[in-house]
Amino acid sequence: MSGTSIMPTIQPAGSVESAKDTRSEQAGAPAKITIEQLNFYYSKTRALKDINLSIPPNQVTAFIGPSGCGKSTLIRTLNRMNDVIPGTRVEGKVRLDGEDIYAQSTDVVSLRQHVGMVFQKSNPFPRSIFDNVAYGLQVNKLTHSKAEMADRVEGSLKAAALWDEVKDRLKDSAYGLSGGQQQRLCIARALAVEPEVVLMDEPCSALDPIATQKIEELIVELKTRYTIVIVTHNMQQAARVSDLTALFWLGEMIEFSATEKMFTKPEKQMTEDYITGRFG
Amino acid sequence: MHRRLIEDELTRLRDKLLIMSGATEKAIALAVQSLTERDSDRALRVIREDDLIDHMELEIDAMCVDILVLKQPAASDLRFVVSIARAAPTVERIADHAVNIAKHALSLNDLPDLDMRIDVARMAKDVQDMLVDGLDAFTSGDPEKARSTIARDDEVDVQYDVLYAKVIEVMTNDPSMVARGAEWLFVLKHLERIADYVTNICEQIVYMARGQVIKHTIW
Repeated sequence: MSGTSIMPTIQPAGSVESAKDTRSEQAGAPAKITIEQLNFYYSKTRALKDINLSIPPNQVTAFIGPSGCGKSTLIRTLNRMNDVIPGTRVEGKVRLDGEDIYAQSTDVVSLRQHVGMVFQKSNPFPRSIFDNVAYGLQVNKLTHSKAEMADRVEGSLKAAALWDEVKDRLKDSAYGLSGGQQQRLCIARALAVEPEVVLMDEPCSALDPIATQKIEELIVELKTRYTIVIVTHNMQQAARVSDLTALFWLGEMIEFSATEKMFTKPEKQMTEDYITGRFG
Repeated sequence: MHRRLIEDELTRLRDKLLIMSGATEKAIALAVQSLTERDSDRALRVIREDDLIDHMELEIDAMCVDILVLKQPAASDLRFVVSIARAAPTVERIADHAVNIAKHALSLNDLPDLDMRIDVARMAKDVQDMLVDGLDAFTSGDPEKARSTIARDDEVDVQYDVLYAKVIEVMTNDPSMVARGAEWLFVLKHLERIADYVTNICEQIVYMARGQVIKHTIW
């Protein structure tokens, strides 16, 4: 991790070197997130089965697959959002820069600062545009002055390509924004705490084509600074924005490869069938 | 398994290419016959019917664009549409070579015979067989058949070199044969180019079936 560690005093069980994946090695950089033999249970139901996956830094990795395949469950394991669901259980490892995020010593609040999340439905707080973005900074006491706070809010809104549309009405309610603007506000809110990874769970499913296009352009722009993981039902969206794509089916990862390869000549017949709509 | 929306469109596209290819095969056969049987009516028919092949190429191009934008094919469907979009202009060029052979036939049929017809008929037969096999491989999506068809291009090249030398020898020995010899040289070149285009189509079949680009690779 380039910033503060989620476990500053604990030596990770596996080194960053050992956590490297072949694909990342080929790309010349160690994996940002490494998933090893991951199984996830909702009570007795095994929702993820022996997932092994390395997510490279500064790339967009898309998870695709039919409903119920486990893609949303998987993305939520990456910042322990499933912890709040009673009866769930995790086996295996998820490493962020080599450190196991499910280790007992992990500070979950700190983890979620490093690994931000944007959800399917935009969920701004019932407060002003400014306060929405400033919230994470205030809670985590990440700024030392009002001026610094204002700078960080402006920077985050600019990074989320929303600044020009809201700079004259920062004190207005966030609820007055359009759906697409609210979603970009949520992205700005996630970016304000300077995460390293941004998880996006169906970020455009409730948006019109224009707002979707803006979010997609933003995703591609953001990857120069962040590692992006996106869950999408829209295969064309995965093709447009992602560098790597993983296909899931009934909790198993069927194929993980460069998006271009996945959509032109997938290796597995099941991928071919899903991509070409022969599935089901 | 359910029937996909794109299925009918892909079938129509394939059928259209097959109809175009069939017309092109026929054009070559007629052009060669017009030469070997000194029948100018067949040559005139090839020239007259070429517009239909041109029109089919435009139709296939429009169908490919429509499928790409409206159905957004991926994986094998995408490779199929892209391959047909690339193959149709190649087939159209083959038909243009048939027209050119027909035009040379019209000139040659008005001149005294030159003893080239049997040799050229043999080369033309090999080229036509390559085309038929290449298009069969396209229909069945058979990359092995495509590869074996590509390998036969070398044999056509050898025949071209031998016949080219023979025509040059005839022209050298008897200057009165130069005008006819020049026409025959063009015919040979058109046949040799058709075999090259069949090779291009076959390379496309390998891409379509396996996603493997073999163009510009050494055999």
